[in-house]
Amino acid sequence: MALLEVKNLSIAFGGLRAVDGFDISIEKGQLYGLIGPNGAGKTTIFNLLTGVYKPNDGIINLDGKNIAGMRTIDINKAGVARTFQNIRLFKAMTVLDNVKVALQNEYRYSALTGICRLPKYFKMEKKMNERAEELLKVFDLDGQKDIMASNLPYGKQRKLEIARALATNPKMLLLDEPAAGMNPNETQELMDTIRFVRDTFDMTILLIEHDMKLVSGICEQLTVLNFGKVLAQGETSVVLKNPEVITAYLGE
Amino acid sequence: MKKKIGMNKSTYNNMITLGIVVAAYIIIQILISTGSVSSLMEGLLVPLCVYVILAISLNLTVGILGELSLGHAGFMCVGAFASAFFSRLTEDLITATYLRFLIALIIGAVCAAIFGIIIAVPVLRLKGDYLAITTLAFGEIIKNVVNVMYVGKDSTGIHFSMKNAMDLNLKEGGDVIIKGAQGITGTPTDSNFTIGIILVLVTMIVVMNIIKSSTGRAITSIRDNRIAAESIGINITKYKVITFAISAAFAGVAGVLYSHNLSTLTATPKNFGYNMSILILVFVVLGGMGNIRGSMIAAIVLTLIPEYLRFMQDYRMLHKRKGAE
Repeated sequence: MALLEVKNLSIAFGGLRAVDGFDISIEKGQLYGLIGPNGAGKTTIFNLLTGVYKPNDGIINLDGKNIAGMRTIDINKAGVARTFQNIRLFKAMTVLDNVKVALQNEYRYSALTGICRLPKYFKMEKKMNERAEELLKVFDLDGQKDIMASNLPYGKQRKLEIARALATNPKMLLLDEPAAGMNPNETQELMDTIRFVRDTFDMTILLIEHDMKLVSGICEQLTVLNFGKVLAQGETSVVLKNPEVITAYLGE
Repeated sequence: MKKKIGMNKSTYNNMITLGIVVAAYIIIQILISTGSVSSLMEGLLVPLCVYVILAISLNLTVGILGELSLGHAGFMCVGAFASAFFSRLTEDLITATYLRFLIALIIGAVCAAIFGIIIAVPVLRLKGDYLAITTLAFGEIIKNVVNVMYVGKDSTGIHFSMKNAMDLNLKEGGDVIIKGAQGITGTPTDSNFTIGIILVLVTMIVVMNIIKSSTGRAITSIRDNRIAAESIGINITKYKVITFAISAAFAGVAGVLYSHNLSTLTATPKNFGYNMSILILVFVVLGGMGNIRGSMIAAIVLTLIPEYLRFMQDYRMLHKRKGAE
């Protein structure tokens, strides 16, 4: 059975049907792309999948459990982590703390334990530090763990956001335009990183992207969205040759 | 040297802040024993501790959580009245001063924390200016309710009224403890500078430890980016309530210290009104958001300056006149 099974997902803002009867089925370990012109409803779908918006209609089955309409934090606990189109890091926190804050549901201790510095505090902090540094090492960020997140170069901020999302131990990772604002070299590096993440963490990844080189380079399956509706769906190479997709999105 | 003892920069900074407090305490004690501190200054020592505790505790809400709360004096008021009421009630029952003060302290802190939670729950949906206005109103409500509260005790128990002292119907030998606008008189003056400094240190250590724990990271993450914090499973409601409760509890502690320094406690606009809340906010802003040492220094400087400039008080009118014309 597919890891993520979405059926008839819809949401309307006033009279605008931003997402209308959206279906998708993603197998475990797949690298899935979601493309479409500006305003097609791609980010809205991400917001629906992560509980930022509540859908008017439809079901979202993650690993056999319907997560539609649940709160963002519960959806995260159920196993969906995301990054944002405009990077949303905790800017005034260090790189290490950015990852540690995402680890605290796994290595849990109470506020009182923290205030009184009970032995559990030191045990959990040590575990958190080790795990966070391990993750940062994967993204080659361990050298900069003590600097403020806002002082990282752009490309590394993107990587840190992915590391932070992975720290919550998700079953599925949603990347919202990971290559936005990157130069071709950085994009190439990002493609390697995404592939690497998929292989090392055995992760299922759904990504929104405008960079066709990245999409055709790494996505195995593709869904094209236009005006909130699915225009085409299937294998990347086939979908990109679809004449409807070419007129709506790629241009002749 | 820092590397050798295995401390990072913030721990080292915190140690310095605590060191400054201890050093200041020792120096002041030496000056007092040699008689070189004026009685005016000596009288200011406990209020200074009160202000420092207030500034540090508000910093948790404003600096770390990033929410503008203007009801801090209200929480202080709750702590002051709850604890002074307890101390007056048990003055003859518990004769050990420190034990009575310790219980009063816990009662003040817990009552203020409960009010913090009561206020946090409805204002959680608000942000920025709206939150500021609502907390400001809550602070004023607390002060005004205290001003019309009459509580007395007699042989049959504790009586409560919102009208006047006669309405309590006390039996012969009864005692009115909270007398409306006249407040509480005859509170045992159990607090002193040493207790004040200990409470300052406790406040500092608790706030510092929170900041450097998972609770503090969660609170900071909410300030930096609420949506991202939610996306990684941070329960925003829970952490906002925790922050409000802890912040209010320490405002309550400051209130306990304040009320047990004076034998007469009244709720006036000057001590528990919004002017006070704004003054505390000024300490926090001047000292730097999230900066504990800064809050402490700002509280001390802004309390001492008016005292030292008292000789110029008359000239203040000149400037006021000019403004009026």
